[in-house]
Amino acid sequence: MHHTLSSSIRLAVRLSLAATGLVLCTVALGAQPARGRQVQALAAPAQPDFSQVQVLATRVQGNVYMLEGAGGNVTVQVGEQGVLVVDTQFAPMADKLLAEIRKLAGDKPIRFVIDTHGHPDHVGGNERMRRSGTAVFGGNVRNDDPRGEQGAVVIAHENVQFAMVKAEGTPQATPEANWPTETYTGDQYDLFFNDEAVQLLHQPAAHTDGDTMVFFRKSDVLSTGDVFVTNGYPFIDRAHGGSIGGILNALNRILDITVPRDKQEGGTMVIPGHGRICDEGDVVEYRDMITIIRDRIAAMVAKGMNLEQVRAARPTRDYDGRYGATSGFWTTDMFIEAVYAGVRDGAGAGK
Amino acid sequence: MAIKLGLSRNLGGSAFAGLLLGLLFNGPTQAQVTQLGYWLPIYHEDFDERVPGPSAGDYAGLPINEALRLRGDTWDPSLLTVPEHQCKPHPSTYGFRGIGTTRIWETRDPETQQLIKIETHIEWEAQHRVIWMDGRPHPPASAPHTWQGFSTGKLEGDVLVAYTTHLKAGWIRRNGLALSDQATMTDRFYRHGNLMTHVYVIEDPVYLSEPLVRTNGFQLVANGTMAPYPCRPAVEIPRPKGEVPHHDFGDTAASQEFAKQYNLPLEAVRGGANTALPEFMKQFRPAAAPAGQR
Repeated sequence: MHHTLSSSIRLAVRLSLAATGLVLCTVALGAQPARGRQVQALAAPAQPDFSQVQVLATRVQGNVYMLEGAGGNVTVQVGEQGVLVVDTQFAPMADKLLAEIRKLAGDKPIRFVIDTHGHPDHVGGNERMRRSGTAVFGGNVRNDDPRGEQGAVVIAHENVQFAMVKAEGTPQATPEANWPTETYTGDQYDLFFNDEAVQLLHQPAAHTDGDTMVFFRKSDVLSTGDVFVTNGYPFIDRAHGGSIGGILNALNRILDITVPRDKQEGGTMVIPGHGRICDEGDVVEYRDMITIIRDRIAAMVAKGMNLEQVRAARPTRDYDGRYGATSGFWTTDMFIEAVYAGVRDGAGAGK
Repeated sequence: MAIKLGLSRNLGGSAFAGLLLGLLFNGPTQAQVTQLGYWLPIYHEDFDERVPGPSAGDYAGLPINEALRLRGDTWDPSLLTVPEHQCKPHPSTYGFRGIGTTRIWETRDPETQQLIKIETHIEWEAQHRVIWMDGRPHPPASAPHTWQGFSTGKLEGDVLVAYTTHLKAGWIRRNGLALSDQATMTDRFYRHGNLMTHVYVIEDPVYLSEPLVRTNGFQLVANGTMAPYPCRPAVEIPRPKGEVPHHDFGDTAASQEFAKQYNLPLEAVRGGANTALPEFMKQFRPAAAPAGQR
């Protein structure tokens, strides 16, 4: 099931959620002043000098390409019906991304934009992408429906929309023009576009509470968003519903979906939220690491160790050389704290 | 007689022209590749490690850092029973050290005879590697990594030299001593008659404090065979979903057991660049072996 929000409905939802969100945010910030505010701010990683960033497009396989620039990876599916874009990086990257998409797709319109979650390094270019495209309307939708002026359809899990509404009026607010135009609820939302099934798979309480993985079934490519990255430990945005258990569930679900061609290599290809193109073998390595670290911290929690003692034991130190960070928006210490809190609060189990 | 002389002159002229053209169009990669053929590994070096397999906790003589030591301590061989791990082949950073016939062949452009690539295939686990010889660049950092990596090569005289990037996270020894996906390898293939020496140098900024240098020997065989190696994973041990077998954090029991078994100082079996040096051995006086084991 999915929702198509008309302007009036969206306004009503926004107002009601804004009121609820204001209360919830106030309660949350009051209960956990230091951690809550810190994690809220983390949702906006440092931005580079966009004028120096070049976009690199790589064909993954089938109809699917990966675009790199500044921010999360962008997945682009190109075909006869037009273009489907997964994530849009930071706003200043939009024109460069569009130029690269034009190279891949010519003048075929962008029909769909899918948000894997709501962080600004993934949705900043939503408005520019949306307005450059056109939706496919028909059936009982009138020609003068306001949605016809909105351009492409922007789809996200409803929790992405809720988080954006809640953040209105804060420094982390997402401009309304970047909000999704359609949301879905439940576990899954299916499309059939460019002669292939495209499945939006919701992954609860992982990187955030609104994560979507996008599976291109014919091209055999899975775009994961930030539930899987190769450039660091997973960013667990606890302020927006993320948890270590959800991250592990997501990684194990990726392994359920992917099928290697031979010798644990190739076959289903995986585009991570950040980092390089992968296959199942790479996800296995990452899943193993996160599981081992979670198990270590769980054992320490079971022994009664507090957070400082766990940090002092450096339970990630054999992986820090590859994935750790001592500065930036998501450090190893923050990751350890998120795992510790998840295990302590019973959200570390995975399944 | 006059006719014969003329013919000779013409032939001589044609041969000269051919030689000249050959010299003009003969690029640096036109040299003969001497490593082609079927090769069998010979195990005069490090037999126990390479064939039966290394002992858990034995890191002696390897330039590992503290992080890799901990990876080794955490490693549980039961990991290899997890379906996603069962069909992993050796990466190119280890495969030539393993078992199985190795075949090496070349591909040339049929028109220009330019050398395009050299391929190696090791029977066990069907490890198939391509070494591009046509001067192409390595792919961007975001390109997929593979078990064999992306290799480019050149001929230095008759020595084949290859440089490999884009490796999957692999291993340098079959007891949990891992390599990161940031590792690179430079390897050289030297042929001496019917023998070949493979020298490889691995660098890993994540897990090695210094480059790891190893050699492998091969014997040319005239009638080599190459069997296929299909692999299909299956559940061997039912486990809860997502369970990853591993030892406890900081568990050094395997190293202690290995040191005790061979009457070695624990510090030696824990590895590190210094443990490869003769000076290191001089620091230790062999402990008296227990009676009956001398």
